[in-house]
Amino acid sequence: MKTNISLLIVDDEESVRDSLYNWFMEDGYEVSCAADAKEALTKIEKQKFDIILADIKMPGMDGMEMHRRIRALNSEAIVIIMTAFASVDTAVQALRDGAFDYVTKPFDPDDLSHLIRNAANQISLKSENEALKNKVVSLENIENIVGNSEVMMKVLKEVENVSSSDSSVIITGESGTGKELIARAIHSNSLRKFFPLVTVHCGALSEGLLESELFGHEKGAFTGAMFTRKGRFEMADGGTIFLDEIATISMKMQVELLRVLESKTFVRVGGNKEIKSDFRLICATNRDLKKMVDEGSFREDLYYRLNVVNIKAPSLRDRKEDIPALVDHFIKKYCTSMSRDLLHIDKSALARLKEYDFPGNVRELENMVERAIVVGNGTEIRLKDLPLDKDSITDSNDSLQDVEKKYVLQTLNKYNWNISRTAKALKVDRVTLYNKIRKYKLKNPGE
Amino acid sequence: MKKKKILLVSHGQFRKEFLEKIIKDVQLNFNVPVHHVVDRTDMSPFFDASRRQYDANKLLKSLDSVSTAANIKTIGLYRVDLFIPILTFIFGQAIFKGKTGVVSTYRLRNEQYGMIGNEDLIYERFRKVVFHELGHSYGLIHCHIPVCVMRSSTYVEDIDQKKHLFCPKCKEELDNLMAK
Repeated sequence: MKTNISLLIVDDEESVRDSLYNWFMEDGYEVSCAADAKEALTKIEKQKFDIILADIKMPGMDGMEMHRRIRALNSEAIVIIMTAFASVDTAVQALRDGAFDYVTKPFDPDDLSHLIRNAANQISLKSENEALKNKVVSLENIENIVGNSEVMMKVLKEVENVSSSDSSVIITGESGTGKELIARAIHSNSLRKFFPLVTVHCGALSEGLLESELFGHEKGAFTGAMFTRKGRFEMADGGTIFLDEIATISMKMQVELLRVLESKTFVRVGGNKEIKSDFRLICATNRDLKKMVDEGSFREDLYYRLNVVNIKAPSLRDRKEDIPALVDHFIKKYCTSMSRDLLHIDKSALARLKEYDFPGNVRELENMVERAIVVGNGTEIRLKDLPLDKDSITDSNDSLQDVEKKYVLQTLNKYNWNISRTAKALKVDRVTLYNKIRKYKLKNPGE
Repeated sequence: MKKKKILLVSHGQFRKEFLEKIIKDVQLNFNVPVHHVVDRTDMSPFFDASRRQYDANKLLKSLDSVSTAANIKTIGLYRVDLFIPILTFIFGQAIFKGKTGVVSTYRLRNEQYGMIGNEDLIYERFRKVVFHELGHSYGLIHCHIPVCVMRSSTYVEDIDQKKHLFCPKCKEELDNLMAK
């Protein structure tokens, strides 16, 4: 049972040191010994030990004093105090000073094994906890927002700046632009990252439900309230609450929300006890709140309370240069989840995507890529795998020339710039098609 | 070159067949010639009156002084209650990657735990402890395989759970260590 756990044995009796050394070597630990506190502290300064077994009575400096000094040098080490003279007072003092345990010599062999196993478990739990925390951070990191375009870099810079503060943030942008992802990135880069991020989709709930959802309710507050339930504000204590589609909440809820934001206290529905919660608020909307204020459908005081920092999530139209990176990201995501080999995208399909307007933004692109992986041939995403046959051309306000240009380009891409086949499909001769290509300055993406 | 041997040094009244069996089993399992000598030295220097037990560390040191270059390992076989300063009792002890080890039948007897004596069971347990300590003396550490003889045992029940054989991984490791 070879382990990576390092142990330091500190005892002035050679026979004890030798016995423990032998015992732990047989268990596969990395073991070092020190005859007194001075030698032990020198070793601790040079090397990091996971577990330190220290005798309480030693010449020069006793184990308790040494324990305090160890804490200053290596606060993570697990210290076990050993003594031949058991006393409740010293045991209590050792534990108060942060010792992991206190044992009386001689130990029962089984007790010693259990003690070290428990300490080793504590070490592995601690490192597991650290690894999981790092994993959580990496799962929702800024780096997970895909895109290197100028507008996106500006957004990421804003996210970074705003993360360290506790100010309310409002994220605006069209549907599907990744407002929730931005909210997550702000939370996971803030000091509140180890506390919850609670998301509420305000648009999905009626006024009564939203009230109970946000503030919680007491048992019997209304028909069906069989149990007391914590509200989202209470759950977000220490962390962040993300209210999506904030523009959809009623005037009554706006008043209540304003009051909670100002006092950070609230009362559960049907209750009378004031509850305090320390949360940070992030809101998102795809509506123009300022316009709503002017129209009188959104409270001005709430607007100013929410609008401390405003981050605008850019539409995909405004960052078309990010499309290849986004496509790669979604291919990786869906191929992994579907346990498929990674696909690549055909040049003409990518060119067509770059040309498309994406009214549904990144969400629409994501769905397109997922669909293409499902319906495609399993090796690459082709133009015909994309649901772009019926195009925005038909509903656009483009001029006849623009429509012709788009249609010619679309057909050329569809036939991989094969002039004869494209001309045949367009029912024109090859010379006419060449003239159109020249006229509209169309370029083959494959060249 | 003459092959180095394992020396078993018995102290106290062991039955002849008991000793013959352990000599044969050690030879068979470690594939090394095994010699046996009876030790009649006075045990009083190793006795700790306050604990009413014998100090295994002192016994190991004394065995080390009698061990010769011809013996690759020397294991002392006892019938008395052994201890090391940090533990209330031990079944056996060996110097890790060293030359010596000690094993006692005292805590292996059923009578010690208020049960009816069983000579066969004592031998079974004794053989496992001897193999275990020899394993440590060659440099093997405790193994997590429940049936491997190198599994750590703090109670006789733990010894009964395991077999007297090394698991494939420990066996391979032991062969490598013995070949060095």
